[in-house]
Amino acid sequence: MSKPLTLTVNGRDHDLDVSGTTPLLDVLRNSLGLKGSRYGCGLEQCGACMVLIDGAAEYSCSREVGTLAGYSITTVEGLGTMEALHPLQQAFLDEQAGQCGYCLSGILIAAKAFLDRNPDPTRAEVAAALDRNLCRCGSHPRILRAVLRAAAVMRRQVA
Amino acid sequence: MAELTFSLKENPRIDRWLRFEPDRRVRIGTGKVELGQGVLTALAQIAAEELDLSIDQIRMMSGNSVEGPGEGYTASSWSIEHSGGAIRLVAAEVRALALKQAALRLNAAPDELTIVEGAFLRNGVSSGIDYWSIAGELDLSAEVTGSVPAKPPSSYRLVGTSVPRIDLPAKLTGSGFIQDMTFPGMLHARTLRQPGRGAELVSLDEDAVRRRAGAEIRIVRVENFVAFVGVDETAVRTAAVAASERAVWTDARSLRPEQATPGWVASQPSDDRLMGDPRPELALDRVSARFTRSFLSHGSIAPSCAVAVYRDGMLSVWSHGQGMQPLRENIAKTLGLPLGNVACHHVQGPGCYGHNGADDAAFDAALVAMAMPGSPIRLMWRREEEFGHEPLSSAMTVAVHAALDPAGRPLDWTTEIWSATHGQRPGVGGAYLLAADALKEPPLQRKPFDIPLERGGGAARNGIPLYEMGAKRIDFHLIHDVPVRTSSLRGLGATLNVFAIEGFVDDLAARVGEDPLAYRLSMLSDPRARRVVEKAAAMANWASRDAGGTGSGLGIGLARYKNSSAYAAVVAAVEVDEAVRVTDVWCAVDAGLVINPDGLVNQIEGNIVQAISWTLIEEVRFGPQGISTTDWQSYPVIRFSDVPEICVELVDASEHPPLGVGECAGGPTAAAIGNAVAHALGARIHDMPMTRERIMAAILA
Repeated sequence: MSKPLTLTVNGRDHDLDVSGTTPLLDVLRNSLGLKGSRYGCGLEQCGACMVLIDGAAEYSCSREVGTLAGYSITTVEGLGTMEALHPLQQAFLDEQAGQCGYCLSGILIAAKAFLDRNPDPTRAEVAAALDRNLCRCGSHPRILRAVLRAAAVMRRQVA
Repeated sequence: MAELTFSLKENPRIDRWLRFEPDRRVRIGTGKVELGQGVLTALAQIAAEELDLSIDQIRMMSGNSVEGPGEGYTASSWSIEHSGGAIRLVAAEVRALALKQAALRLNAAPDELTIVEGAFLRNGVSSGIDYWSIAGELDLSAEVTGSVPAKPPSSYRLVGTSVPRIDLPAKLTGSGFIQDMTFPGMLHARTLRQPGRGAELVSLDEDAVRRRAGAEIRIVRVENFVAFVGVDETAVRTAAVAASERAVWTDARSLRPEQATPGWVASQPSDDRLMGDPRPELALDRVSARFTRSFLSHGSIAPSCAVAVYRDGMLSVWSHGQGMQPLRENIAKTLGLPLGNVACHHVQGPGCYGHNGADDAAFDAALVAMAMPGSPIRLMWRREEEFGHEPLSSAMTVAVHAALDPAGRPLDWTTEIWSATHGQRPGVGGAYLLAADALKEPPLQRKPFDIPLERGGGAARNGIPLYEMGAKRIDFHLIHDVPVRTSSLRGLGATLNVFAIEGFVDDLAARVGEDPLAYRLSMLSDPRARRVVEKAAAMANWASRDAGGTGSGLGIGLARYKNSSAYAAVVAAVEVDEAVRVTDVWCAVDAGLVINPDGLVNQIEGNIVQAISWTLIEEVRFGPQGISTTDWQSYPVIRFSDVPEICVELVDASEHPPLGVGECAGGPTAAAIGNAVAHALGARIHDMPMTRERIMAAILA
């Protein structure tokens, strides 16, 4: 029923033996053990499952894995690690931007995709870019500050 | 001698709270759990402070129903007062015991010794011993006496500082949640939910469900409880969806849209009680106003999840519920197991903001685990299950009535409340775990019950205004026969009560042509309440507030949470056209002694954002299939673009005991928005959420 499939995640190729209709999120979490992308609704409505697909922030909860051969997928684990945080992760820590933290993986991913397109945004632009992501704890003000802080750090790194 | 708090009376043994561990750490136990509110960081600070340790020498053990202290549910903003108070006393006592033992060992006078990061210094010089080298000589199985005074706040070095959250690094790098747990041989599970108490499953085409699943699954059925279990999570999820489309039930719950309205709820038979001052002997001329709010969902960002395994007669459950001791007792009782054969462990999950599906999912996982001994079961609810079957926050109506003196101040005040219960946590007042309804002998229907006012109240929470008035009372109509389960959502009844009281106070000020701030201050004697009001007004530049009616408005709201906890005053600025847009929020809080200022501000900001969402957009709806708002499109919540600038300041009150803060700003925020909208429009909207239709109706009225 299933045919072998090669999926590129965080720069590594994985040969998978799963049905092509399996949602990408299930493959990431259960086949590859990458638990950072989170199940929130399964309906492409909350953003907790977001990953980068060729640099664009996309929902992974309903995306069929069979459509993704040849694409480059990045999860929150591919952004940075505890020992070597990405500037976004560092900025979220510096601003203590989180409460329960469940939405943060998807928000980090959405912010990464956005800053790659717009490295010097306004608060309103960041907010608009994150409108596909829900945060139920109300950490929004800190998250917006953190993304702006990370943007400044990343601009300095490029300069 | 310090008075022992509830937590210490229930758990007097020192070693349930504190143990020295071999790796030069101290393990601090707490029955309170991390829900995203930062409590473990704050409790670690309290322990490190009293023991003269650094924060990273503390290891928190939270929500361990076997080894740790039992402290009921993590609710009502009690954690810092109850668990923090207990840990402070235990740590102070252990420090004194250790100091005495060290002095003996060193043949020194105790006052020659100091402690730095757990090491004893003699006259400032290393003594060569530390807590861990004498730990074996201390009897930590003894009971706490409360006889050792804690440090004076003036000597604090850690408490009062913004120590970063200890749980955040893991959560930013892809781990940290119960959803992420794995065990060898672990199976995934999803349920088919019984559509209401008394519904019976007549038929389920299991072959069709298996075909749709596409991989091998097992179907576990216990009376009217059904779960789909297997190695492949995608398959069990697909099976559950297929089953919910195919299952045939008798006596399934059917709801009507009007049953979701506050008016319908208020029209039902009620259990009535009066709280506060007696009714006036003579009938008084009264002015009144009526306010309402819809049913609300907790709207946790993810569905509830639990892991359970039944092995060698022992049932172990991992849950993100708010109380592991109550969960252990409820599961043991419902399954008929001895308490000693059940262990519950807290693992962090998505924020719950009160009593959501977490406990019920834990029981579901336990039921499946019991049916499949030896297999660890990870059971997760589906999104529509969480929205459709978690307990809701009751729709409410509040009518405020006041008799006025010649100067327009209230002489006699009644807050009249119609609401279903806000307290239906399992084990409380006869409430039980959801799937118990599906078992052979469902528990008895519970009798009318709500949280008593002396424990903070449920629907009646914050029903008594802070202002000076001749007589104040609550006339409470507890509605028992609502067709959905209702329970605690952050703030409980306080959200609508404060919205109503503070809205009515603004209207009373307008009757006598006074500024709402000046009117409030003229009947407010509590200096702590006055300080937060004055501070918030100054932050918002209240003096520049115009006459109103221009489409832009500034409004204020005040409450002391539960009338006994933190004070919060909020000023909101709004712009109103077809929708209400909150542009700025200023908030001043007095929480007594503050353990972690940044953690506290984080909680208050979150409470403000959530309250904006409740006030402007949130509303549960009913339909023939039950609750019909079962996704984020039908139950929208606030998004980033609608979040205003928020400025929170803490009023220094470190001479007062610490007060819980996570729920204090919600009611004042709703009230401030209500008053700002009234100021902007020159007409009041009495009903939450403030939809376009309600804005239009207010403008046209």
